[in-house]
Amino acid sequence: MVQTQVDSGLVSKIDSWRAQLDAHTCDIVAWHFDPATGCPFWLSYAEKLDWDPHREIQSFDDLRKFEPFQDEWLRGGPVRRWVPKAFTNDPVFVFETGGSTGVPKSRINVNDFRTDYELFSQTLSDTDFPRHADWLMLGPSGPRRLRLAVEHLCQHRGGICFCVDMDPRWVVRLIKSGRMDLMHEYKDHVINQALTLLRAHDNIQCLFATPKLLEALCDRVSLVKMGIKGVFCGGTQLTRQFHRFAREELLEEKIAFCPTYGNTLMGLACHKPFDPADDHCVIYHPPCPRAMIEVVKPDEIDTLADYGEVGRVRLTTLTKEFFMPGFLERDEALRLPPCEKYPWDGVGDVRPFSGFATPVVEGVY
Amino acid sequence: MLHIPILRQGVPYKSVESVELVHHATGKPMAEVSQANSGMIVRDVGRMPDDVLESFTVRELFEMCRKAANLFMTASLPIGDQQQSFKDYVNQLSAGTGMPITYCRNNAGKIHRVMDDIEVVVGGLTRGFDVGILDKGFGRHNGGTLSYFRDGRIFGAVLPSNSPGVHSLWIPAIVLKAPIVLKPGREEPWTPYRIIQSLMAAGVPKEAFGFYPTDHAGAGELLRVTDRSMMFGDTSTTRPYENNRNVEIHGPGFSKILLDDDASENWEPFVDLMVASIETNGGRSCINASAIWTPKNGRRIADAVAKQLAKRNALPAVDPNATLAAFANPLVADRISEVIDHGLREVDAIDLTEQFRGSPRLVKKGRIAYLLPTVVWCPDREHPLANREFLFPYASVVECPTDQMPHAIGKSLIVSAITSDESFQKSLMACSNIDRLNFGPIPTYKISWDQPHEGNLFEHLYRQRAFQNEPSA
Repeated sequence: MVQTQVDSGLVSKIDSWRAQLDAHTCDIVAWHFDPATGCPFWLSYAEKLDWDPHREIQSFDDLRKFEPFQDEWLRGGPVRRWVPKAFTNDPVFVFETGGSTGVPKSRINVNDFRTDYELFSQTLSDTDFPRHADWLMLGPSGPRRLRLAVEHLCQHRGGICFCVDMDPRWVVRLIKSGRMDLMHEYKDHVINQALTLLRAHDNIQCLFATPKLLEALCDRVSLVKMGIKGVFCGGTQLTRQFHRFAREELLEEKIAFCPTYGNTLMGLACHKPFDPADDHCVIYHPPCPRAMIEVVKPDEIDTLADYGEVGRVRLTTLTKEFFMPGFLERDEALRLPPCEKYPWDGVGDVRPFSGFATPVVEGVY
Repeated sequence: MLHIPILRQGVPYKSVESVELVHHATGKPMAEVSQANSGMIVRDVGRMPDDVLESFTVRELFEMCRKAANLFMTASLPIGDQQQSFKDYVNQLSAGTGMPITYCRNNAGKIHRVMDDIEVVVGGLTRGFDVGILDKGFGRHNGGTLSYFRDGRIFGAVLPSNSPGVHSLWIPAIVLKAPIVLKPGREEPWTPYRIIQSLMAAGVPKEAFGFYPTDHAGAGELLRVTDRSMMFGDTSTTRPYENNRNVEIHGPGFSKILLDDDASENWEPFVDLMVASIETNGGRSCINASAIWTPKNGRRIADAVAKQLAKRNALPAVDPNATLAAFANPLVADRISEVIDHGLREVDAIDLTEQFRGSPRLVKKGRIAYLLPTVVWCPDREHPLANREFLFPYASVVECPTDQMPHAIGKSLIVSAITSDESFQKSLMACSNIDRLNFGPIPTYKISWDQPHEGNLFEHLYRQRAFQNEPSA
């Protein structure tokens, strides 16, 4: 049974983190609305406001004074309006979201992806994801952050990362047009490349794979026999049953399984360490204070759902490179209480938001 | 609460995700059904022993199937960690789906008949050659050598919830030695689960059975990874598989009764046959008539049929006189009724049953809904309601000259042509749109099991090969 009550023993820890989050929020707002450091988008936005973010944003909750962040603001150019003045002379990456709903959203990046994954690296055990082990990254690259991020994670831990690309936009197109044979042929093509690499490089001990590709890979080979010790899995929805199936069968209860929830806009949410009491609910906690995930009532977006209740996911990103207050994600989730390791809200059973009239093609990779 | 597990090579598995089945009328939870993730189906099918039934002869499997027929109707069989009597089964099936108890019992009888007469059914599929040929791989038939091999190593089925009788269609796969992987309809896990349990209790190895309640994605994977399969569904569900020879499609039937010139003049004796063909089994099956085509007297025939069907009432499923199934999801009934109303806005078509009854076809009682039998008179055969099939007793009555009927009726699973006109008969015999053709006053639902329609399961699973055998010494 998933815990849905706040542990009273955590109150002081929660309060301490909340204070850090509030202070961090003030710093980030000050940075983005300062002409010396901020980006053209927010500086121009502030000019149209009849209130002063510097003065009126004194806590994380004050961010509700902003209208919800519109995803349309990230679709199309000019992308440079998002580059903070402080980073004008730095090399800038641009990463895109999946592109399953028209023009993809773009987010600029300088170092955030490296920082996010270095922080994530601290949550990995050296036994399950050994230092100096090589990795295989089996998932989308192209305009996405994922490939560079996983490669950086691997390098940060002293390894070398082998990569096999999978283009999810092509997969979506094949599915939408009903060409399932081609879709499976493409998947086989991806898996064959992965198998070739795994067979040729003995030091590959860690794997990133999307859920579908992990299943497809494990249909062909035992990862235990291939010497894999840890699997980092994400990119699409992970159901409870998939979670159990992956741990018990695909990975034969011998390989560490590390599910994550992340995207280009927010960064990377880590999972709460596996606890049988959670009934295989995959529970994620955001990288606070760099990003927060809130679960809000779908019809009342400024009200948090109760713990244990399903609501719509709202993301807030608070880094010096990117400020995104109150973005309503295309997902819904259970709101779950803080835990010892992550004394701030978590989310469980993340899945596509059921309130949309037209279902989005999801989970293709 | 009762739990219906996944069966992985016959071994129960409780998933961490389940779907709750509720009583159609009270909404009270009845059972939770474990849901398989699609990856599990792919993995299990790949590991299933496809030769597990090869250690038996077909005749031994016939015997097990006959024994299972009896167990299906009489035994207490496992369901999850409980036992289910036949009475429990009928009650659960009716409560979960809204189908009348009598309808559930009649359909169970159909399943029993197929299992008990399995030798005749398989004889119809194989056209009567010695089934020992399937054990040995070759043999003599009609003076020549005949050889077959089983191409369908694992057989899959994506099953419906609307009519338990359809489960009789996949049962022969077991005696033809193909292990099976089933995805039950969301509201109807009861029948396939009980058939599997009766076959296992009769001695068929548990390794030959997979039972995977799952979602749409899981169904797609099941059809992809099994060597041969059958699927049930509406046109939009089955369309992607139209050109896939590995998948045998069971879609809407658009079954019809045709009258020739003589029968259309002397139609009164056939009204009961038309009514029964429309309404038997709650009118939910592809073998129910959904149209009556006649060269003359269309309106009078439609009036007579409608007058009889207008007498039917929405009765609780437990009422022995109930003939209509309830819609556990009233929105489905709403939508169907709206489609018909929309069609009636076009010129000329009339819902005659509603006129005779004096009340609407859509009836709501508590949390459920019923659709009362509906007969629509369509003078124009191109009318949008002229060739439709719905999940309740519905039929259109259409006028069309007999010489145009074979081309005009479109795809029709069953045609009962009331005619002794040889020329009309000949033109129907030549018509490629008809799967099962009856001449004479035969109800559309009356099926002879020794003559398969909508595909031949034996031909789906086996391939004939050229074979010569010369003793070496």
